[in-house]
Amino acid sequence: MSEAIKTDVLIIGAGPCGLFAVFELGLLDMKAHLIDILDKPGGQCAELYPEKPIYDIPGLPMVTGDGLTKALLEQIKPFGPVFHYQEMVQTIEKVGDPLFRVTTDQNKVFEAKVVVIAAGGGSFQPKRPPIPGIEAYEEKSVHYAVRKMDIFRGKRLLIAGGGDSALDWTLNLAPVASELTLLHRRDDFRAAPDSVNKMKALVAAGKINLAIGQVTSLDGAEGQVSAAVVKRNDGSVFSIACDAILPFFGLTMKLGPVADWGLTLKGDLIEVETASFETNVPGIFAIGDINTYPGKLKLILCGFHEGALMAQKAHRYVYPDKKLTFQYTTSSTSLQKKLGVS
Amino acid sequence: MSVVRPAFPVSRTPFMAKITYIDFEGQSRSVDAENGSTVMENAIKNGIPGIEAECGGACACATCHVYIDEAWREKVGGPSPMEEDMLDFGFDVRPNSRLSCQIKVTDELDGLVVRTPERQA
Ligand SMILES: Cc1cc2nc3c(=O)[nH]c(=O)nc-3n(C[C@H](O)[C@H](O)[C@H](O)COP(=O)(O)OP(=O)(O)OC[C@H]3O[C@@H](n4cnc5c(N)ncnc54)[C@H](O)[C@@H]3O)c2cc1C
Ligand code: FES
Repeated sequence: MSEAIKTDVLIIGAGPCGLFAVFELGLLDMKAHLIDILDKPGGQCAELYPEKPIYDIPGLPMVTGDGLTKALLEQIKPFGPVFHYQEMVQTIEKVGDPLFRVTTDQNKVFEAKVVVIAAGGGSFQPKRPPIPGIEAYEEKSVHYAVRKMDIFRGKRLLIAGGGDSALDWTLNLAPVASELTLLHRRDDFRAAPDSVNKMKALVAAGKINLAIGQVTSLDGAEGQVSAAVVKRNDGSVFSIACDAILPFFGLTMKLGPVADWGLTLKGDLIEVETASFETNVPGIFAIGDINTYPGKLKLILCGFHEGALMAQKAHRYVYPDKKLTFQYTTSSTSLQKKLGVS
Repeated sequence: MSVVRPAFPVSRTPFMAKITYIDFEGQSRSVDAENGSTVMENAIKNGIPGIEAECGGACACATCHVYIDEAWREKVGGPSPMEEDMLDFGFDVRPNSRLSCQIKVTDELDGLVVRTPERQA
């Protein structure tokens, strides 16, 4: 096991609420690391609606999901948050009073005095196509993400989807695979036009195949696919021989490991008290969409408020001997120093 | 409380259209839907299974995918380009596929029948 990364506060989830928590913690001298399963910050704002407008962020009459994410990153920059992307937090273990050991699916280990769960609707996970028996092939010859391109060297690949992930991996893996087929349900791609043009050039040059249709079943044995059965839009069926399949149908939010952390849940949400948004385990807080309490609204602005109150209580765990005095960013030179503006 | 019936019809409540959802096992459920609401919203409000609507109707998740009954396809119409893009994230997408959060209830759609797929995500 690798050596533990030590931090005052570990934030699980880099959505808007996790990001703003860095600010509130930072003002009170607490350093934070953030972990997210995505490869970028912003949570739902970045993954589900980067270009759509939000109208109810106080003081911002209109901002897009992407715009809000960028603004938050700018706002928390003075506090030097450390991001760990493409890692899913798997376990939280209490090892001190309070001290938590947190491990990810990539075997990274963290030690933090305070854990803030800002996991939103849960971890973003790839959508699994409803193909009968697909589970048996997963991790072996059906992959929802590419971690090492080399495992596809010399193989016959089938990539399914029409978005940026499908097109990017088609372009990247074309030189690696012995044969590559891109399968999409229509001859129209929402991916970036530049990638679409590059893909079409590869098809025209005979380097890759393009097929139109949807996979209905898989042939193979013991986790190894040999072919995908594909239905065309007119209902006719054909088969594509392949050694590996990469389906890219976007992401969906699944609660994931949050359910196993020994916290009191109500449905898929973590119960918290409303003075500090602490869970039933002292030192573990939950803010944003993942928590619930009487009157809870799943709004970004509520998550911001929760982060501010959480930081007050977190301070007691990180600095048990220091007293907190309430200060405004407008008038406190000490806060302004931390923000780098004074 | 006594009910006073008006001498002639007065419409106070917005027009209600009947929408029927048939799940993949064939069970059918009907609801009264207000004009202007979406087919997805009425499913969620009435606890109709088979529609998840993770994104709350922003055409950003494709978990409100339905098949429009053939008899209604023309009246309902086809998806917008944005919806067509999002349908790529649906499964077993057919020519009569729509995202139910993008279908607004109107007088015209009174009696609409939609089918929900076996799985949304
Ligand atoms: C289409 C749409 C429109 C919306 N419009 C508005 C609006 O106008 N106004 C408004 O206030 N709200 C709006 N919302 C809701 C708003 O986006 C959410 O309230 C907000 O994103 C919640 O922020 P969060 O930080 O709590 O969680 P999220 O944004 O959900 O982020 C949580 C992050 O945690 C990560 N995560 C979860 N579990 C783990 C784990 N185990 N390990 C690692 N990472 C993990 C996830 O991958 C995710 O990135 C909208 C939502 C949608 C979908
Ligand atoms: S509810 Fe998300 S696309 Fe319709």
